[in-house]
Amino acid sequence: MTESHYDLVIVGAGPAGMAAAIDSARAGLRVALLDEQQTAGGQIYRRVGSPALRDRKILGPDYYYGEKLVDSFQRCSIDHIRGASVWEAEADQLCFSVDGGSHRLTFDALLLATGAQERPVPFPGWTAPGVMTCGSAQIMFKTSGLAPAVPVVIAGSGPLLLLVACQLVRAGVPVEAVLDTTPGSHYREALAELGGALRGWRYLLKGVRLLAELRQAGVPLIKNVRQLQALTGSDGQLERVEYSHRGRRYSRVCKTLLVHQGVVPNVQLSRSMGLEHFWSEQQQCWLPRCDLWGESSMAGIYIAGDGGGIGGALAAELQGRLSACAIIHRLGRINQGERDEQARGLRRQLDQQLAIRPFLDRLYRPAAEFLHPADETLVCRCEEVSAGEIRRIAGQGCAGPNQAKAFSRAGMGPCQGRLCGLTVSQLIAEVHQLPIEEVGYYRVRAPIKPVTLGELATMAPQSSHHGAGEVAEK
Amino acid sequence: MASDSAFKRLPANPADAVEIWVEGQAVTARAGDSVAAAVLAAGLGPTRTTPVSGSPRAPYCMMGVCFECLMEIDGQPNTQGCMILVTDGMKVSFQRGARDIPECSA
Ligand SMILES: Cc1cc2nc3c(=O)[nH]c(=O)nc-3n(C[C@H](O)[C@H](O)[C@H](O)COP(=O)(O)OP(=O)(O)OC[C@H]3O[C@@H](n4cnc5c(N)ncnc54)[C@H](O)[C@@H]3O)c2cc1C
Ligand code: FES
Repeated sequence: MTESHYDLVIVGAGPAGMAAAIDSARAGLRVALLDEQQTAGGQIYRRVGSPALRDRKILGPDYYYGEKLVDSFQRCSIDHIRGASVWEAEADQLCFSVDGGSHRLTFDALLLATGAQERPVPFPGWTAPGVMTCGSAQIMFKTSGLAPAVPVVIAGSGPLLLLVACQLVRAGVPVEAVLDTTPGSHYREALAELGGALRGWRYLLKGVRLLAELRQAGVPLIKNVRQLQALTGSDGQLERVEYSHRGRRYSRVCKTLLVHQGVVPNVQLSRSMGLEHFWSEQQQCWLPRCDLWGESSMAGIYIAGDGGGIGGALAAELQGRLSACAIIHRLGRINQGERDEQARGLRRQLDQQLAIRPFLDRLYRPAAEFLHPADETLVCRCEEVSAGEIRRIAGQGCAGPNQAKAFSRAGMGPCQGRLCGLTVSQLIAEVHQLPIEEVGYYRVRAPIKPVTLGELATMAPQSSHHGAGEVAEK
Repeated sequence: MASDSAFKRLPANPADAVEIWVEGQAVTARAGDSVAAAVLAAGLGPTRTTPVSGSPRAPYCMMGVCFECLMEIDGQPNTQGCMILVTDGMKVSFQRGARDIPECSA
């Protein structure tokens, strides 16, 4: 393999990227798929080809469903470039870093299938060692068979919260309590979306089963929890979690506090490319503007899966296949009629998968205390900027997130705003009483992951061509 | 310093043992562990201190988003420990404050 030009380049080997790669390769396209992980699977099917845990009951059938997808992917003729961080993308080429060297690829079409990240969960004490995300606990299960230090408390809102609690219980890890921060009023409001939820009854049933499993295991599920706070001991490690419930303050000893407030699209690459985004009131996050095929505001650049809006793993797979239909047609391998014919069934299944979303989005919309944290809460973990500081500079006339960056350094640290971007925009909108869409978001610039100067130097124009070929691996 | 706040190994499928050095201490990891996972399993940490106030931090997301797992891995500072898999003999030290910028001798 010495190729550096492909018909289709895909970023992200989750269900969306893998499904699109399989269909495109089968249609005869030359496809490269890059992922910063060493193994295909994305977040949900991480390491499913060689899982760490011996007991398959812990993660359950939704995880092992991925085995088939990963297997089909590996059987196709696709250049899977592993451990490759894509740090810049343009209309017809991208740059990535692998093993400390950078390389460039060119393409006719690009599919971003970069998935989601967990929504940041700013609350007092969330930077303490020992506070981690629910997703991190799952990742440790999947890749290392590791269970968090006990006592463990889980706090937050959303389906993943209950799933992780059950997975811990199945693994024999005692869960001290699940602190559900979903405001009580959300249950009533979500009822308005019940029609769609009933069409997605399988998901409702799953939720009911998880709740029953927790109850049976005797895990206390405390609803309507407010004013979450993490406290450290003299060694600087997490020692206790405090919270309010029905007007009283409680304290629990814990070594690990797993937090979760849903997932939001990973829009670093789509932002850095200058693609159009809009604010989704329903999902409380920014989404790239795409048509029914996943084509973004830039011709030939497609987005599929959670990166285009949170829909879950099965929806991601279907969206990947829909984008593949459009790309295969675009590159002249099928005609419009064939494209539409193939898409029809996919769309029907996708509608079914997405039917539950309005209900879930309404129910699990984060409580105000996480969207608009109290003044003393750090919002930028890297540069240690508090919510109060952002409010103060907004009050002094700072109009948007980019100015806030310059005034406070929020968003200038190594994570480049991934963990404070949403909150900073929310806070400025709050102070100025403006819709968040008017306030906007950080201008995300390439490289979206730090690249050393030495690495850039290895990208001299002549060397870029054979570069990609050396790392490509079938 | 090792503490009792370690992640515990559950019954796992067979994998090779990999020995790495964390802050000069030998740590046995499992092939397929990320550096961050191996460090948490050994009960070591915090894995970095912040450049602003020097407060202790440890891995938070394990998926490459938060950059709280920055460590010096085989001489490369500011490396995301959750994105790098362990290899035999790997040398890891914690990131204290900002990375050192090598001095330029004129
Ligand atoms: C931590 C976490 C745990 C989750 N667990 C569950 C679960 O247990 N059950 C469930 O139903 N849903 C879960 N979800 C939601 C689920 O991940 C998604 O619904 C589904 O995986 C979406 O698939 P996708 O293909 O869009 O993206 P993903 O599966 O997220 O895959 C995206 C891939 O893109 C890669 N990538 C991103 N940016 C770059 C870049 N710049 N360069 C190179 N590669 C890049 C990532 O490494 C990743 O492998 C979880 C989500 C998260 C964030
Ligand atoms: S733990 Fe978040 S980037 Fe590594």
